[in-house]
Amino acid sequence: MTQNIVEIDNLSFGYKNRTLHKGISMSFPRGKVVAIMGGSGSGKTTLLRLIGGQFKPSAGEVRVDGQVVHQQNREGIYKLRRRMGMLFQQGALFTDLSVYDNVAFPMRELTDLPESMIHDLVLMKLNAVGLRGAHSLMPTELSGGMARRVALARAIALDPDIMMYDEPFAGLDPISMAVICDLIRTLNDALGITSIVVTHDVEETFSFADYIYFVADGVVAAEGRPEDLRQSTLPFIHQFVHGEKDGPVPFHYPAADYKLDLLG
Amino acid sequence: MIRSKILIRLVRSLSKLGSDFIDKVWRLGAGARLFGLMLISSGESFRRFRLVVREVYFTGVMSLVIISVSAFFVGMVLALQGYNTLQKYGSSEAIGVLVALALVRELGPVVTALLFAGRAGTAITAEIGLMKATEQLAAMEMMAVSPISRVIAPRFWAGVIALPILAALFSMIGILGGYLVAVPLIGVDSGAFWSQMQANVDWQFDIVNGVIKSIVFGVACTIIALFEGYDAPPTAEGVSRATTRTVVTSSLVVLALDFVLTSFMIV
Repeated sequence: MTQNIVEIDNLSFGYKNRTLHKGISMSFPRGKVVAIMGGSGSGKTTLLRLIGGQFKPSAGEVRVDGQVVHQQNREGIYKLRRRMGMLFQQGALFTDLSVYDNVAFPMRELTDLPESMIHDLVLMKLNAVGLRGAHSLMPTELSGGMARRVALARAIALDPDIMMYDEPFAGLDPISMAVICDLIRTLNDALGITSIVVTHDVEETFSFADYIYFVADGVVAAEGRPEDLRQSTLPFIHQFVHGEKDGPVPFHYPAADYKLDLLG
Repeated sequence: MIRSKILIRLVRSLSKLGSDFIDKVWRLGAGARLFGLMLISSGESFRRFRLVVREVYFTGVMSLVIISVSAFFVGMVLALQGYNTLQKYGSSEAIGVLVALALVRELGPVVTALLFAGRAGTAITAEIGLMKATEQLAAMEMMAVSPISRVIAPRFWAGVIALPILAALFSMIGILGGYLVAVPLIGVDSGAFWSQMQANVDWQFDIVNGVIKSIVFGVACTIIALFEGYDAPPTAEGVSRATTRTVVTSSLVVLALDFVLTSFMIV
């Protein structure tokens, strides 16, 4: 058994004529919470999709438990995905199913468990995220934070080895944010899983992550433990951590000369 | 100077034409690929037939009102127009045959398919498009559940099952509408209305051919609706455009296929 459950090795990827990643390498040790941070559009979510085998890298490789993801056939990728859970940015709950049926969905689709056992498991998963009492509600009746927690219960339905979170705090109020923060850490430690969190929320991430990667311009700009990164003097990290509007990442999108644009 | 500008415009128009053509060919290929994958993944739909039954309810049963009301009025108009013409030749008793043949051979399958594209096809496209936009399909993929076998295939088979049944109901209700106008309202003999219909409507040539048409239209309308939804850009505008394309493409394909099928059936 390798020490790192997920390894990204010299990975490059891009869409059509836009290169997103230029030789990125990362490793995710078992049982740890690792965050991937960076500005919007820096390809953080795409990294999760590459780990899940939804995209193929143009160079390099992603290994999950020693197996190269893009070399697997469809069956092999599905086998790997059964060991992963993913929390999508907006929850991605199935809107035609109730909260209960959403959490039961992976169990009904991927296992032969009897309905009585599924019932108990669903209520246990919902209890873990504090929403057992909401099992009969429809997704449209939930707040953003509740929807995210139901999606989390669904993601851990089959006890995955790896949990991936795509912007878990986006659009949440401070209370929901604190709840999700706490859940990520608690579930990680209680279930003994490995968590990969893609986010750009500095304070929350620094409070629960074991290790952080910063992605900028398609490469890993910095990496380290939260306490080390907070002291970092690297201009990009300083700008990002302290939320300064100008710095290595400019305020203005590249444009022609302002005077020339206005006066012609 | 002017000549070079004209040349640039010409080159741009030509390159746009070329890129539009490539895009259309690409979409045709992507649609055919989805159709192939869907057929391969259909085993799951038959093993868990309740998934198909649920979709038959949404596409078929929920379309019953619009189909029934339309069929009733189409049948009544056919009887009125038919009587107006037939009585000039002294053969108003043939009104039953006219109504039945028009419905069973043509109007039943064609109008049902057009209404189906407008009522059920748009609903399918919007639903799949929104599932894609809200990452529900991606979530399913990440759970190792194939959206093609879980979402696309059951809806396809539901459409293929529902449309011929709706077309048969359309013809039956249309004939009833025609009867109500021809017999109680105009006063055509009831015995002549039914007996001429019984004598002149052929099982193989009229009814079976009508059923074949409605099955083909069911396949075409449903796969177009599914593909448009599956291929829609995940934005509000993308889903709205895809929904419009479903109606336009389905209607044109149904009318074109009707001509092709009819020419094969008559020759």
